[in-house]
Amino acid sequence: MAELAVDKHVKYILAVEKNKDSFESVVMDPLRMNGAYWGLTALDLLGKLDSVNVDEVISWILKCQHESGGFSGNIGHDPHILYTLSAVQVLALFNKLDVLDIDKVATYITRLQNEDGSFSGDMWGEVDTRFSYIAICCLSILCCLGKINVEKAVSYILSCKNLDGGFGCTPGGESHAGQIFCCVGALALTGSLHYVDKDLLGWWLCERQVKSGGLNGRPEKLPDVCYSWWVLSSLIMIDRVHWIDKEKLVKFILDCQDVENGGISDRPDDAVDVYHTYFGVAGLSLLNYPGLKAIDPAYALPVDVVNRIFFSG
Amino acid sequence: MDSREDDGGEPLSRMAEWRDVTPLPQDDGPNPVVPIAYKEEFRETMDYFRAIYKADERSPRALRLTRRAIHLNPGNYTVWHFRRLVLEALNADLDEELDFLQRIANSNSKNYQLWHHRRWVVDRLGANARAKELNLIKKILSIDAKNYHAWSHRQWVLQALGGWEDELDYCQQLLEEDIFNNSAWNQRYFVVTRSPYLGGLKAMRASEVRYTVEAILANPNNECPWRYLQGLYKDDIKALVNDPEISSVCLKPCHEFRDSVVALRTSDTDPLGPDLSMAICDILEHVDSLRASYWIWRKNKLSVAAV
Repeated sequence: MAELAVDKHVKYILAVEKNKDSFESVVMDPLRMNGAYWGLTALDLLGKLDSVNVDEVISWILKCQHESGGFSGNIGHDPHILYTLSAVQVLALFNKLDVLDIDKVATYITRLQNEDGSFSGDMWGEVDTRFSYIAICCLSILCCLGKINVEKAVSYILSCKNLDGGFGCTPGGESHAGQIFCCVGALALTGSLHYVDKDLLGWWLCERQVKSGGLNGRPEKLPDVCYSWWVLSSLIMIDRVHWIDKEKLVKFILDCQDVENGGISDRPDDAVDVYHTYFGVAGLSLLNYPGLKAIDPAYALPVDVVNRIFFSG
Repeated sequence: MDSREDDGGEPLSRMAEWRDVTPLPQDDGPNPVVPIAYKEEFRETMDYFRAIYKADERSPRALRLTRRAIHLNPGNYTVWHFRRLVLEALNADLDEELDFLQRIANSNSKNYQLWHHRRWVVDRLGANARAKELNLIKKILSIDAKNYHAWSHRQWVLQALGGWEDELDYCQQLLEEDIFNNSAWNQRYFVVTRSPYLGGLKAMRASEVRYTVEAILANPNNECPWRYLQGLYKDDIKALVNDPEISSVCLKPCHEFRDSVVALRTSDTDPLGPDLSMAICDILEHVDSLRASYWIWRKNKLSVAAV
């Protein structure tokens, strides 16, 4: 079986951050905050976070904060809940949460909660259970989860539960592994996992594994490395990960590497990108692949980072 | 017809219309973490956009500029936001906006910004936009029948603006094209449970069971109708178990397991007895080895239930 080409992936991630010319860079520009989270968390899992200049990163992140307390995807863009979480997560990686005015960030997020408990992405009002997870994860990291109406947030998430035990983006929306990760993660972080039918959902999730060992996100779809995170972390949170074949999944992820140039793609032989590189490495971490730092399935941050937030000082 | 959806790509610095504007270069700070070199046209468009955005100029030329910027990078959510501000300020023709979105929909069918912008536009147009919208979504789904954004948008349109009357037929049509389409099954459930014209789940149950059983018999290896069947009996599992139509479907030997199951069947007394079920779990532990642990657990659960 192939091995994880750690050095190549580290080189790839560092090069992406510096790349000046690619079309991918241009397209990524408005969501560079997400890209930073994917790249830097992957580097940390690979044990190479110190390859990056902390001060430069922190300084750039702070430039992305707006009056409202929210963060944008890059300088010169509007704030959004998506980039607010990524910013907080990256600061947590570097143990620099103290640069934040926590109340300010919390206010931005609490203002995005709607009457029915759901969360909007920003002032334009798009609602999606992704944003419920983001709000809950972000405020949990900042140790002020109580600032939102947790009960209503939970009840909205539960209204998105489907007959197959899974969750969609809004009530009635098709169960999708990405949305399921968000809903299960949010329920985990609010102590509400008892509302999940773990056997029913566990079965739906384990059925995502296809013959190649990879995982898809919905019935009858193709496997994709990113589901190695979303399906896997969901299974772990509901204690059902033994229902898939872990070895075969490891092999699938390793087959998605570009061992020449570094990086991981959605499925074998496709083009790599930093998003799939992160999810591949994170998935391997959840599968206890040797040499990787452990990652927390709910916070999507290294376990030592999470421990540092909650158990020190 | 200009397929590029903008002024034709002429450099803005050479256009008389833009003479009064000083383009603003990207400010990455003194030590940019991630300096990016852009293609010239992109760079120029975004420099002008930044100037207009900073000045908060909500003019017709600003509207055209956002269209150009969207064409160059449809993932730039800040441009979409500003476009909405400009559309509002100009009280622009939103039907035209829908047409613009329609023209770029195919190449942006998985773009969150595009779908959210559409929703914003349609919300303002109200019920008059309904038919056009449901039609557009059908077009997108005809290319990719599982497009998650399209389905989510469709559900929103139905709930906000109505149009339920033909939806069950539409699900039917999609399932005829591909009985494995999980999105269409999900939509079917959505319609059956929420349509104001159908009477709700209990009223629809009998006809839906018949439809689902037919689908199962045609393709027993199709995950979707099996789960759908469970959903039809949500909160009433006893009724599912006692329905003779259902038990006959579950026991009908399907192609791969035919010999094994036939060999194992003793008689027709209590066909749902623990022995047959446990034997099936044993078989599945081997033929579905990816999920061996799951089948072992299922078998244990059965023996506990039998006690």
